[in-house]
Amino acid sequence: MMLEVTLQGKQTILETREVTLRFGGLEALNGLSFSVTPHQIVSIIGPNGAGKTTLLNAITGVYSPHGGEIFFHGAPISRLKPFQIAALGINRTFQQAQLFSNMSVLQNVMVGMHPKTKAGFLSGALHPPGERIEEKKIRERAERLLAFFGLLPKADWTPGHLSIAEQKRLEISRAMASEPELLLLDEPVAGLNIRETEALGDLIIRLKEQGQTIILVEHNMHLVMGISDWLIVLHHGSKIGEGRPEEMQKDSQVVEAYLGR
Amino acid sequence: MGNKNKIFLLIYALIIFTLPAILQNNYHLMVLNVAALNIMVVIGLNLLMGYAGQISLGHAAFFGLGAYLSAIFTATHGVPLWLAMPLAMAIAGIVAYLIAIPTLKLEGHYLVMATLGFNIIIYIVMIQFDAVTGGPSGFAGIPRMQIGGLIFASDRQIYYLFWAISIAVLFFSLNLIHSRVGRAMAALSHNEIAAGCAGVDTEGYKAKIFVISAVLASLAGSLYAHYITFISPGTFSFFYSIQVVTMVLVGGRGSLWGSVFGALLLTLLPEALHAVQEYSVLIYGLILMVVLVFFPRGLFPGIGGLFAKRRTVLPPDSRERPALEKRA
Repeated sequence: MMLEVTLQGKQTILETREVTLRFGGLEALNGLSFSVTPHQIVSIIGPNGAGKTTLLNAITGVYSPHGGEIFFHGAPISRLKPFQIAALGINRTFQQAQLFSNMSVLQNVMVGMHPKTKAGFLSGALHPPGERIEEKKIRERAERLLAFFGLLPKADWTPGHLSIAEQKRLEISRAMASEPELLLLDEPVAGLNIRETEALGDLIIRLKEQGQTIILVEHNMHLVMGISDWLIVLHHGSKIGEGRPEEMQKDSQVVEAYLGR
Repeated sequence: MGNKNKIFLLIYALIIFTLPAILQNNYHLMVLNVAALNIMVVIGLNLLMGYAGQISLGHAAFFGLGAYLSAIFTATHGVPLWLAMPLAMAIAGIVAYLIAIPTLKLEGHYLVMATLGFNIIIYIVMIQFDAVTGGPSGFAGIPRMQIGGLIFASDRQIYYLFWAISIAVLFFSLNLIHSRVGRAMAALSHNEIAAGCAGVDTEGYKAKIFVISAVLASLAGSLYAHYITFISPGTFSFFYSIQVVTMVLVGGRGSLWGSVFGALLLTLLPEALHAVQEYSVLIYGLILMVVLVFFPRGLFPGIGGLFAKRRTVLPPDSRERPALEKRA
């Protein structure tokens, strides 16, 4: 399957090779290999406990794999720390939105621009002209992002007062603030109603149309089948299939493990 | 920093610098001079506690390092004061960094243990290494504060100097928390994993904040030594570390104005309670208890919250920590 992807003539942006990650005796990821080509929505599906979130944590450096390697643009990243991986161009959201509730909505997005900005302690304390200019840029870009995600009217709110759907959108805008090449979304529509789910699905498609590469972990099959270019199916930490959504719907092993339930 | 902070800072500075005109008693000035130093230490410590989510129980040691190093450099080795103080600050900073590197890599509150141990070690060194430190009887004959040819001999002169520095420390710290670094600090104090994934070098920031807070404590210590001209180990024991942590908590973690308030209150309160003599400790303890029971987030945010309830419709969690204000 991996060969097929590379045979399509596109370069890979992310590749995992035999990635293994254990929690005690439990193999959360078991020799997992796959690759992701740019400008696509690649969805990772599988039953609860299949290792989907663990995989995202391994890619973003929250966990370090015990075996195998993860490559981003061909360079190994599995020993890097989360902030270094974010600086390389991978950003993410969390299953339950992890927003900074001690800051405003706008400031949450401004934090997201950390990897793309420079001001350090000294310029923070002294506010020289260069810092003011950068700060203005940060604010303006954050406001543009909030406008895109329909949150600008609530820029001064604290995240706790947003609806779940708005919190999810805010988290995506924070992740997008770092202009990531690869965006990882962990169950972005969990807890949303049908209309909110559709709206967020449209947003994800719009991001893809702008050229964004996205890895999506999601249980909502309707959404996954509707927007994904490629599916990777995990079961007990191993890949049991990958392919186009319509192929996967027919794959007996996949259906048995997950879809058919 | 928002306009509101600028106005507060201006009013604060005006009050501080007109106060000596009213205060004729040198003892009152001396107490306030010590308060100015405590404010510097507490602001530094609050950056660590309120913005890096870490606690240090060793700030008395950094305060002491500043005092003793400054004293040893100037009195024993004849190093000029303008050089001795930054040198002491640099050494305190390096020591803090060496403590931070191994301890902040670990999750949890290992810094508390490390700094507690460090404080005890420094205290023992001050007492035992008497050839250099003067031992338990202290270090006397420290040269007075001077800038250029001007010697700061009176409490009144020192007042203007210390408060100018103290206000400058507040000003730069307020600037810092309203900057890119400040946002990163607030983020990591709230959620380290999310901050890391958003691109914030959480370990690096925690270490740097710790170094800054140690350097501020060292600065205050040097100023103290050149003001009182005599230092002894008792001043730098573990109890002072607890005292400054208490000042941060009473003022409010994460609130720099709260630190000013907490440091002032807890420095002046024991003086005000001298009148009731043996009951003073009791009343001091009672006041602390009342504050922490009724204003668990600290007096400053707590009282602010009482007013905010009437003014705005924002639900309570927005007041949990002082949100970084908009920059004008």
